[in-house]
Amino acid sequence: METSLLLTLLLAPLAGFLFNIFFGKAAGKTISGAVGTIAVSVSFVATLILFLQVLDTKQAIEISLFEWINFSTFTVDFGFLLDQLSLLWLMFVTGIGALIHLYSIGYMHDDKNMSQYFAYLNMFVLFMITLVAGNNLVVMFIGWEGVGLCSYLLIGFWHKNQEFNDAAKKAFIMNRIGDLGFLAGVFIIITLFGTVNFLELKEIILASGSTASAYWIAAAALALFIAASGKSAQIPLYTWLPDAMAGPTPVSALIHAATMVTAGIFMISRMHFLFDLAPQILDLIAIIGALTALVAASIALVQNDIKKVLAYSTVSQLGLMFLALGLGAYEVAIFHVITHAFFKACLFLGSGSVIHSMGGEQDMRKMGGLKKYMKTTYITFIIAALAISGIPIFSGFFSKDEILLVAFHQNIPLWAVASIASIMTAFYMFRLVFLTFFNDFRGTAEQQKHLHESPATMTIPLIVLAFLAAVGGLISLPGNSWLNDYLAPIISRTGAEAHVLGTTEYILMGVAIIGGLIGIGIAYSMFMKNKQVPAEDAQITGFANVLYHKLYVDELYTSIIINPINALSTFFRDLLEPALGAVVFGFGKVVNGISTQGRVVQNGNIGLYLFAFVFGISAILIYLFLGQ
Amino acid sequence: MDVSILLILLLTGAIATFLSGDKLASKVALIFSVAALVITLMLVNMHAQGQSLDFATVWVTNPKIFFALSGDGLALAMLLLTTALLPIIIYSSFGNTYANAKSFYALVLFMAFAMAGTFLASDGFLYYIFWELSLIPIYFIALVWGNGDAESRKKAVLKFFIYTLAGSLFMLVGFVYLYQKTGSFLLTDLVKASLSETEQTWIFFAFFLAYAIKIPLIPFHTWQAKVYQKAPFVGTILLSGIMLKMGLYSIIRWQLPIAPFAAKNYMTILISLGIAGVIYGSIVALRQKNLKRLLAYSSLAHVGLIAAGAYTLTIDGFRGAVLQMLAHGFVVAGLFIVAEIIERRYNTQEIAEMGGIRSQAPKLTSFFMILIMASVALPTTFNFIGEFMVLFSLSQINMWFAVLGGSTIILGAYYMLKMFQNSMLGETNTKLFADVTFSEGTSLVLIVGVLLFFGFYPKPLLELITPSLEQILAGINNIDQLKQVVQ
Repeated sequence: METSLLLTLLLAPLAGFLFNIFFGKAAGKTISGAVGTIAVSVSFVATLILFLQVLDTKQAIEISLFEWINFSTFTVDFGFLLDQLSLLWLMFVTGIGALIHLYSIGYMHDDKNMSQYFAYLNMFVLFMITLVAGNNLVVMFIGWEGVGLCSYLLIGFWHKNQEFNDAAKKAFIMNRIGDLGFLAGVFIIITLFGTVNFLELKEIILASGSTASAYWIAAAALALFIAASGKSAQIPLYTWLPDAMAGPTPVSALIHAATMVTAGIFMISRMHFLFDLAPQILDLIAIIGALTALVAASIALVQNDIKKVLAYSTVSQLGLMFLALGLGAYEVAIFHVITHAFFKACLFLGSGSVIHSMGGEQDMRKMGGLKKYMKTTYITFIIAALAISGIPIFSGFFSKDEILLVAFHQNIPLWAVASIASIMTAFYMFRLVFLTFFNDFRGTAEQQKHLHESPATMTIPLIVLAFLAAVGGLISLPGNSWLNDYLAPIISRTGAEAHVLGTTEYILMGVAIIGGLIGIGIAYSMFMKNKQVPAEDAQITGFANVLYHKLYVDELYTSIIINPINALSTFFRDLLEPALGAVVFGFGKVVNGISTQGRVVQNGNIGLYLFAFVFGISAILIYLFLGQ
Repeated sequence: MDVSILLILLLTGAIATFLSGDKLASKVALIFSVAALVITLMLVNMHAQGQSLDFATVWVTNPKIFFALSGDGLALAMLLLTTALLPIIIYSSFGNTYANAKSFYALVLFMAFAMAGTFLASDGFLYYIFWELSLIPIYFIALVWGNGDAESRKKAVLKFFIYTLAGSLFMLVGFVYLYQKTGSFLLTDLVKASLSETEQTWIFFAFFLAYAIKIPLIPFHTWQAKVYQKAPFVGTILLSGIMLKMGLYSIIRWQLPIAPFAAKNYMTILISLGIAGVIYGSIVALRQKNLKRLLAYSSLAHVGLIAAGAYTLTIDGFRGAVLQMLAHGFVVAGLFIVAEIIERRYNTQEIAEMGGIRSQAPKLTSFFMILIMASVALPTTFNFIGEFMVLFSLSQINMWFAVLGGSTIILGAYYMLKMFQNSMLGETNTKLFADVTFSEGTSLVLIVGVLLFFGFYPKPLLELITPSLEQILAGINNIDQLKQVVQ
């Protein structure tokens, strides 16, 4: 039963992929989209059944399909582990996945390669399931790299635009830097513990982990963190994610906000027993997370491309999750992953709805007043924006607040950084809201004529996600967390300070709420009351300009990494290679130069060499014969 | 039935192809190549049932030379590579017309014969003959049917010929020395030769020269790029897909067992050399303007890693190296077929003259993409299995070896995706590009199928090669122990 459910989970998106690759074009857009959506919905149902079962029995299900790679000292199974952690992830991966497939039917309707789009999207879901459900590090790595491939294909979906192709390539290569870290981590873990299976690792490490070399445990944790920071866009490997917005907007919502980019957090949670033994690496994770949250939020303050704002917002929110991980509050990070998946997917899909209506325009300076034209998009967007800004009742408030509480208890400077990032978040989100939906329309008359609410396939997912963004916080209320109880078999933390409610906690909560309101208030006074519109690119000056240009990090990487490698390559190609060739050929000429017949060489007198070959062999045979 | 039947079949095929005339030659060659694959599969099946496939008869009595062939798992794996690629290569060439086709296809089969002989021979002298014999057909294939300016082609091909011939002569000298010492060329006798450490070192490096040039390892690779570029694609695939594996195979079969002590002494240096090749090849590939040259440097990077795996002297390194030989053989064949398909339509190898092909040829683009992903060792492709095993074995020697060798996954992705973008993506090319024909598509489907199948299920191959590799490794370690006792 469980095996067939697992196979359903995996094979449904595979079938959808194959259908769309081979028959999608012929079947037509509607069927292609419907098949893709149904495939993922089937996976969702299978997940739901398994989820309810595990919720009831509290027993993890481990299924090995076959032996995949056999090493001298260990074996890698093609196996899966369905426990509280993976099923929780699968719930929102397949659930939000299905919604975004549905949304895509409307969004991609004018694209002639729609079947290809759905094929890639299905393939993505397949790999994401593999990543999450794998029972060992190597199967996880299949998904880990597979989602990278799908991300590449979808960012570069509009392949006639070389800028988009550059973005796709960049995403893949940057992720691969992390992937090398993953491999190194796996190798160290095998060396230390002799297995890649999660349950076995947990058992070994909990039983005797402390006897292993602390140096190598830290090395393994560091290597895995590098992998996580590639996939989850943390400093210094975050610059691919904003560029990834080149892909269709539903892709940004699903892959580059709600699911794939959370893989790093998933992996660290999965391996938390290892990270627990490497406190210095956890500290590093917390610092990097807080820094990323702050840097990305400050870049988001001044961006004018609606998707760029959301992209940096995602990087920033992921930073908060890493902060929580680094503080050892894995379940808090997971909580924020879930609420973030709801509200950020909603925000991205909402921006997609706006872009769709604006005929592809993404610059907020040319929007304004859209609430009149698209009511559903507007209301759902506001709900999600309130959620991310940490306004009470909405889900983001609870999860972000827990992160801040944990930080406050452990490290006040990190709490301060995270709090500032949160205030910035409220500001840039409502800057976006006011610029997009309020005041007067600033686009062309032509655009204004076409403004319309999106079709039902697009608004239904928005409504569902907005609802979840509003109430999602219920799964982990302060002092009474269903989520923590549910995750207890996987992650049981002793010091769950965040859930003890005292005066300090209430004061902190108040501070956070006031911070959020201040951010919104500033945005209101600037963009609503004073009707400011961000300056044209050329007029942006001072530090704002540096922020607008994303702190020139891309330029920095180009000049210190990309350009030197290319220069080296040119040097090798143009100078070293010919030089090596000349040396060797010169040497060859000397060897063969017994006769002065450089000419013979040039003429290619093969007969001579054949003769030399036969003659040489004969001579040696004769020599040996005589030698007897 | 023993392995000699395969050699007889391939040689007969070469003769029959030559006699069949230009019109029928390609088809006759295809039939024989398919027959060779069927025979190989039967041999593999017999091997799995525990039957011995060895063949030996006295060839020359004085000096004592045996026509000895050994069909163990390792040899069979290499035969599988040879005979599985052969029909694909021949079939994919149906899109070209070659002048004097009967000679062309006869040479292709003859080359397969010589390479199969190299993989099978267990008598050093016989092995040497096959090793050198394989050079002659590829020389003519590249020289006569190659592309580009005839004069510069002649120069490149001749350089290759002389260079590899010169390298092998050192190996021949090594064999003669060993014969003097043991009175036999049989591998089983040679491994028992009690050589001093100095003698081992000399033998080891005499062999190394031959192999390093053939594979090629840096800095012995300077013949490679030009020849890959100038040879007809059939020749390039024979070279890169199969022939260079003769060198890698020989490391495991001949060099390490005969001179294990030297192998252990120089292990770190040789692994470093292999890894240096990975990085150097990748960086040079980055800014190549010619597609086939780029693939040549990519190949240089991949074989460097394979050699490093073999020199770890671990079972996982051996197995990874052998799997990677096969995987690389298939992927490189596929990539060169794609390059040829583009060249057939646009008559160029220059990447700058391509671009915008994807919108016109979605099927070709998909195949190309899968091949690129296999080449960069995406999990669930065959190449991942081999690369992962090799990197793991390196990590067991030194973690930095694995990390530096693993840089291939970043650099490889960089140059391959850059090449893909520049050749296939962008605004639709103004020149018409017809998508793959039936024969082109079939060849690519077969290759991609092999790469994906063994990516998911490498078990049959692992079971095929493991016992023989374990035996070789045991021999190496055993001799080493003896050595220590002696000292």
